[in-house]
Amino acid sequence: MALRNSSKTKRIGVVGVGSFGTAIANMLAEKNEVMVYARKEEVVEEINTVHRTSGREIHPSIRATFSPEELCKSCNILFFMIPSAAFLEVVRNFGPFLYPYHLIIHGTKGLALNLGKGESLDTVQKLKRSQILTMSEVILQETVAVRVGCLAGPNISKELSVGFPAATVIASKYNEVILEGQRLLRSEKFQVYGNSDIIGVELSGVLKNIIAIAAGALAGLGLGENAKGLLVSRGMVEMVHLSKALGGSVQSVMGLAGIGDLVTTCNSVDSRNFTVGFRLAKGESLDQILASMDEVAEGINTIRVMDAFIKTVGIRAPITENLHRVLFEDLAIEDALQFLMKYPFSVDVDFV
Amino acid sequence: MDEKYIKHRYAPIIPSKDEWPVVKLARERKEFVKKVADLAEARVLGLTGKNPEIIKEELETTLYREKLRIKQNPWAVDPDDENSFWSEVKSSLLQINTDLSLDKSKRFQAYQKVLHRITSRYAEEIASNFKASHYKFTRSVVTYGFSRLLNAARVKGIKSIFSNQYTLQDKIQITGQTDQIRDLATKGTIVMVPTHFSNLDSILIGWIISVLGMPPFIYGAGMNLFNISIFAYFMNALGAYKVDRRKKNLMYLETLKTYSKEAIQFGCHSLFFPGGTRSRSGMIESRLKLGLLSTAIEAQRANFQNGFNDSSGKIFIVPVTINYHFVLEAPSLIREHLSITGQERYYKENDEFSTSYKISKFLLKFFTKGSDISVSIGRAMDVLGNYVDQDGKSLDKRGRQIETRDYFISDGKITVDQQREEEYTHMLGKRIVEEFHKINRVFSSHLVAFVAFESIKAKNNKLDIFDLIRLPEEDISIPYEEFKTACQLVMDRVLELKSQGMIDIAPHMKRSMDEIITHGIDNVGMYHAKRPLIRDKQGDIVTEDMSLLYFYHNRLHGYGLEKLF
Repeated sequence: MALRNSSKTKRIGVVGVGSFGTAIANMLAEKNEVMVYARKEEVVEEINTVHRTSGREIHPSIRATFSPEELCKSCNILFFMIPSAAFLEVVRNFGPFLYPYHLIIHGTKGLALNLGKGESLDTVQKLKRSQILTMSEVILQETVAVRVGCLAGPNISKELSVGFPAATVIASKYNEVILEGQRLLRSEKFQVYGNSDIIGVELSGVLKNIIAIAAGALAGLGLGENAKGLLVSRGMVEMVHLSKALGGSVQSVMGLAGIGDLVTTCNSVDSRNFTVGFRLAKGESLDQILASMDEVAEGINTIRVMDAFIKTVGIRAPITENLHRVLFEDLAIEDALQFLMKYPFSVDVDFV
Repeated sequence: MDEKYIKHRYAPIIPSKDEWPVVKLARERKEFVKKVADLAEARVLGLTGKNPEIIKEELETTLYREKLRIKQNPWAVDPDDENSFWSEVKSSLLQINTDLSLDKSKRFQAYQKVLHRITSRYAEEIASNFKASHYKFTRSVVTYGFSRLLNAARVKGIKSIFSNQYTLQDKIQITGQTDQIRDLATKGTIVMVPTHFSNLDSILIGWIISVLGMPPFIYGAGMNLFNISIFAYFMNALGAYKVDRRKKNLMYLETLKTYSKEAIQFGCHSLFFPGGTRSRSGMIESRLKLGLLSTAIEAQRANFQNGFNDSSGKIFIVPVTINYHFVLEAPSLIREHLSITGQERYYKENDEFSTSYKISKFLLKFFTKGSDISVSIGRAMDVLGNYVDQDGKSLDKRGRQIETRDYFISDGKITVDQQREEEYTHMLGKRIVEEFHKINRVFSSHLVAFVAFESIKAKNNKLDIFDLIRLPEEDISIPYEEFKTACQLVMDRVLELKSQGMIDIAPHMKRSMDEIITHGIDNVGMYHAKRPLIRDKQGDIVTEDMSLLYFYHNRLHGYGLEKLF
């Protein structure tokens, strides 16, 4: 394969051309040369010839490849924008071509499990912190790249692509990753904040999906705006406690990636997580909902993982626990709501 | 079932003494000290943003603290002119502060001059006084003297003092990656990072380095050790530079770090005790002092910047664990540990190892009576904690060759990024702790102490550690059979961990459980006035000193073994 001369300035790499990946690639392409990776050859062909895929416009300067090796050789900075279900596999495919000089920023909201061979969430009795990986921890475990960051915040792809104003957080232990992300992404329509608590930011993005399902359920039950306010506030408290238990800081949940994203997601009727909750409230079962969704809503997996975790470490998280019972233990959603209303939340805010 | 230890003395890797980096450094001592002083000054200026007001503040803080130290905590090793030096600094500062004719840049220059005097003084104080002739003498004293003592103690009879039946290497067993460290010492620069339990460690490691045929390493030794002239002689001969833990001011710390970094870049193999000080609790160090460790990373980056991209510019981190049945200082160490954790209070860097008499007594005890020591040399790593192969090339987790240089590159160039290097230092620290646990060798004494303490704890599960160690010793007794079962349980788990490469065991652990227990109880803290463990007339397990038992038990902390109780 003909590789670009390395003395030439390198491109910015984007892995994944889903809606979020495409939006970020297009934003990056405003100021830089971008190369995107897609798994399917016909998608690559489509991008390189007609500059579009799945009905989404692709900036004409963007080149596409289906070779992880080519992407890694052509780029020093990579944005991993892939659904969490595929994350581990894609990272493993890229592993052999990544070196310590690569900077990686990912935009995936999900948790992976670090279990032994033959083990799964169904077979393990307990789930400890060391068995749960955030996406940055997956990258650190599977590759030699160390300068890793994440991108999180209220970033609905549809709004980004039409140029509505928005902001995001780049979190990394390394200032240079944050600065580089800001330099590449910041524009007059897009503000980029930095945060050194990468675990807290990743967890904020992950945990808010649980609350988004609950928000959908409230909407499905037609319970109005007071209830939503109640949910957002109690949801945030729950996120703080869970995040702390997993090693994130309180501050990050208060930020754009936590409360910012929470408010957006709880109001966005298009979001997959919201839809799951909504349809549950309308009386559908989880199996029925899953059968008609092309991609799994991340919140469902998060609820399973977090429910196992809180049972292991012995903390309480009423919203998560009750959603788990609704989803997997056939509790009626009305009963779950009743339970939550009776739950002794005596203190409004007990973590600051 | 005795394992083969290294019984022979290795041929020196660099036969000519003049070629030893530490000798070269001693030859260029004057220039080197000046270089360190200048660079340290530049670092302090950099950190203060060349702002005369901030420099002034730092100078005044340093002056204040030094004056306080001289008054409150003087040591024999302190030079006589300390008072006059700091008084001069005081009057210079006063003069600059009151001289209104000075404009901003003149004031800056004046402060800079004072700063330069201070860093020069510190650099001179830190620098080692290595003398090759002393080194040779010390080495033979250590080897000859100790093996004479050893034979006298072990081989009965009046002629035994001249017997050669036992050598020091029977007593101090060296295991692990000895060939690799020798090999790499000829290719690049070694930074050895041992665990630290006893003041004996530095001399022990010095001796091991010479047995392995490597040129002397330089290392930072606590200044309190120089209080005693005989120790000072040994230390200087072994290439020690001085670290004064009483001085915590910015200028001192920057000078110290600069010294370490420059010496590594010079090619001097170095030794850091990354725990900073002896482990008070008896646990393997889990939180490392990162200051000196960061100098290894800085030196590595600087070597790459200067174009040394092959193995000659590479720095190898080699973790080492030292295992004892018996730590002489254990009673005072654990007392300090408990008083520090028990209540947060200020405690003075004290100097309990204070007289030559005490030390001689200690050494005599140590070398004349049983109590073996084993030293495990771990696998060498690069400064990011990746293992290296026999050519010194870094390997990733899957065995692929990678370049350490790549970690310092952004956008195709090597860049200096202090914050990045801080993170790297954290990563390296974590890796060293991991390796410590992997190469740590379980002794019978560790096992019995661990099991006994955990059994007592399990029986009194309402008590916290401070109440536990206050339990009346006469109330504690563990029936032998129960103790043996618990030992077997822990032993099985240890063997399981060993099969996963997470821990190592001494060869005497391959005997039967009864023998292991007997060996362990005979050896655990064997020369303390109050023994941590003994068997009473009924054969049950009892203790004479709970805090010592806690100390020796802590050696197996960090493996999750306490969950078995």
